[in-house]
Amino acid sequence: MKCRVCKEAAVIDIRRHNANFCQDHFLRYCRQQVERAVESFDMLQPGDRPLVAVSGGKDSLAVWDLLCELGYDADGLYVGLGIGEYSDNSADYARNFANERGLTLIEIDLRDDHGYDVPTAAAVTKRVPCSACGLSKRHLFDKATLDGGYDVLVTGHNLDDEAAVLYGNVLRWQDAYLARQRPVLAAGHGFPKKIKPLVKLTERETAAYCVLRNIDYLVEECPMAAGNKHLMYKNALNELELQSPGSKAEFYFGFLARAAERFEHERDDASSLGTCNECGGPAESDLCAFCRLAERASASEPVPVDFILSPKRSGSKARRKKRAASPAAETAEPQSSHHQELGAAQ
Amino acid sequence: MKVHLRNPNREIEVPGPISVVKLLKQLDFNRESVLVISDGTLIPGDALLSDDDQVEIRPVISGGAVAK
Repeated sequence: MKCRVCKEAAVIDIRRHNANFCQDHFLRYCRQQVERAVESFDMLQPGDRPLVAVSGGKDSLAVWDLLCELGYDADGLYVGLGIGEYSDNSADYARNFANERGLTLIEIDLRDDHGYDVPTAAAVTKRVPCSACGLSKRHLFDKATLDGGYDVLVTGHNLDDEAAVLYGNVLRWQDAYLARQRPVLAAGHGFPKKIKPLVKLTERETAAYCVLRNIDYLVEECPMAAGNKHLMYKNALNELELQSPGSKAEFYFGFLARAAERFEHERDDASSLGTCNECGGPAESDLCAFCRLAERASASEPVPVDFILSPKRSGSKARRKKRAASPAAETAEPQSSHHQELGAAQ
Repeated sequence: MKVHLRNPNREIEVPGPISVVKLLKQLDFNRESVLVISDGTLIPGDALLSDDDQVEIRPVISGGAVAK
């Protein structure tokens, strides 16, 4: 296998581009894909200060590294979610990455700073952990971006993430979520500008980028998100991709080019939001969803991760799943599915 | 050869010689969903692995642990 550019030995094949690359030219390819995404979707201007939402996983560390490589003065933001050993490890990867490169990493800890953690919030709300996790992260990322005077919030969503979210939202025709599924969301009404510079790279490519750049990242996945629908959609799309390389890109970029505008009128009107009495952020009532969650969860005794993962609770989860198997229950329980949580985050 | 698998971490023995593509097929991995790594670099699909090799098959799909 030879590199398409220099004809030296290749280290990776990108079947959707019918191309093989050596290490140097693969890294150049990744930078070019991010540059093209930034330019074609008008994500950043020269001199912008981006804040990168960092989890310690491959995508957030890759996008932070790539933006720095492209000359942006990007800081990172890590939110400690209190998911036991998983959170401890992910924080270490984020800190090590920042320390080794002399980058600024801002840290927020849900338990220390807001009096609760994700397992406790999941138990208190009786919802899937991804729901409380997504709500907490969205609020804290937005607030840190605005309070810190950053121009834009960067997330590590890649092509696989976007295609899987789109797949889930199309399956259930979630018009309002489809209206928000863009690589850029403009600032306004108390929300910062949000961008996804990795949309032109698959997660196999972002993982390969990390390996070849010697970026040590957390390979293990969140134990609380086990078996979510998002993962199922990704696997389904990768089966298609195996048989027909380029399917994921055609699906996602075809949607942006030919269908996204048709859902524009379904977008939630943020101008009608009020102001949260507690944090000053956008809110539908006196308190925003985050402050309501923090108030409830911080009043509860801490709940260990093992309780949420216990067979007894899994049993109740299985019963919920069984109920959700009927069409009526599916329409009655849309808020808990992970693809929508991700959709709402974007 | 020794093959290191992730999530959960475990090691299995697979007889060589065998190409990376055939190894992934034999172990029922979708090549769009994993990387094959050895000595800190990527091993391309057409590489031939021998009995003495040690490789890691690393999943690249994020978004939650596989349901048990």
